[in-house]
Amino acid sequence: MTEKLYSISIEVNGVHRTAQVPARRPLADWLREDLHLTGTHLGCEHGVCGACSVMLDEEPVRSCLMYAVQADGHRVTTVEGLARPDGSMSVLQDSFCQAHALQCGYCTPGMLIAAQGLLDAHPRPTDRQIREAIGGNLCRCTGYQQIVEAVRLAADRMAEESK
Amino acid sequence: MKPVPFEYVRASSIGEACDVLQREGDAVKLIAGGQSLVPLMAMRLVRPGLLLDINEIAALKFISLETDTARIGACTRQALVERDGALAARVPLLRQALAWVGHAQTRNRGTLGGSLAHADPCAELPLTAQVLGARMVLRGTAGTRIVPAGDFFSGPMMTVTGPQECLEEVHWPIWSEPRTGSAFTEISNRHGDFAMVAAAAQLALDGDGRCVRAAFGLGGVDQTPLAFPQLAARLVGTRLDEAVVQSVAQDAAAAARPGSDLFATSAYRRHLAGVLGARAIRSAHEQARL
Repeated sequence: MTEKLYSISIEVNGVHRTAQVPARRPLADWLREDLHLTGTHLGCEHGVCGACSVMLDEEPVRSCLMYAVQADGHRVTTVEGLARPDGSMSVLQDSFCQAHALQCGYCTPGMLIAAQGLLDAHPRPTDRQIREAIGGNLCRCTGYQQIVEAVRLAADRMAEESK
Repeated sequence: MKPVPFEYVRASSIGEACDVLQREGDAVKLIAGGQSLVPLMAMRLVRPGLLLDINEIAALKFISLETDTARIGACTRQALVERDGALAARVPLLRQALAWVGHAQTRNRGTLGGSLAHADPCAELPLTAQVLGARMVLRGTAGTRIVPAGDFFSGPMMTVTGPQECLEEVHWPIWSEPRTGSAFTEISNRHGDFAMVAAAAQLALDGDGRCVRAAFGLGGVDQTPLAFPQLAARLVGTRLDEAVVQSVAQDAAAAARPGSDLFATSAYRRHLAGVLGARAIRSAHEQARL
């Protein structure tokens, strides 16, 4: 059986992409398998673990909980899009390294997207806001404490840099 | 986990959505935020022939405050509802409930109307609609009809919405009493999960501290979320002392018909209903006294 294909046009990390996809192609699978942007991780594939979080029009969402065809006409930012233009790590990414906020790294892309979404909306978040922001992302290694510290560190460093 | 193959239509207006529903019949499934529907499709518990996407209908996304009603478009994102300070000042229970709904990423995509139409008996927004007596505006090709929350939820994951109707907007009553307080509380396995049991209350006091208006309900304890207008009426005229609060909460727990599952027995849910019901009423009272 041949499935009907739908034309989509999506801006991914600032690059205009067009494709033909079946309606049932999850956004996460399209990013990973068609665009080879494998930074977005898939853990549970049904909206529980948060590893697949991406920005849709600047807001963090789960990319396993929408179909690529639904993102037609929108902007998507994946973890690959968080780095600086020269490819070096962003302040937030570097803070994750500094604070030992990852071990196996599987949850990290989702954690970074969730944390970036928080910092975009609240540049100086409280610990409570940090915990709430990453509350939808599972990590089985760190115990979360260092992730909270990393986000706090990133906020401090960004505030310092903008002085 | 992949859904069955389906076709996709992105509606550009509510009229177009109703036309598709009329034309395609039972094969169609409406998708709003998809935060509950997409997992069900991934597990193939839902197998639509055609997915009708209403996410791009701008006319379904609005928050409009009128004198005694807050009108919210069905496809308004939960995150927008949560962030709206003017709305929170008039319908405080909505923001209080949304704090328990999923996570930041799911609230950015999930919609107010989607949660109500999905009608999970453990979900927070259906309980909020029941307690406040929200009114659902259902649109079909023949026109619109308005259904109060008490008639809208007909069973677990079931509403009276017809196969050719679409939830268009939701009307939330604004209480005019100056000393109004509300509270939402629940117990779940993890924060952001559906509630094992949830409780919500809204109360208004007169200048003397006497209760003049009360609404109260429980989620997760029956086939639909429950409101208890007769029990809430027993709070009116009292000073909400501990004895009356306990008696109302315990009578509500006794009237509930909770089921058992892997996570909680029926008896435990009934116990939670009494404890959380009293807690919600006490917290709403504290808010009203501020």
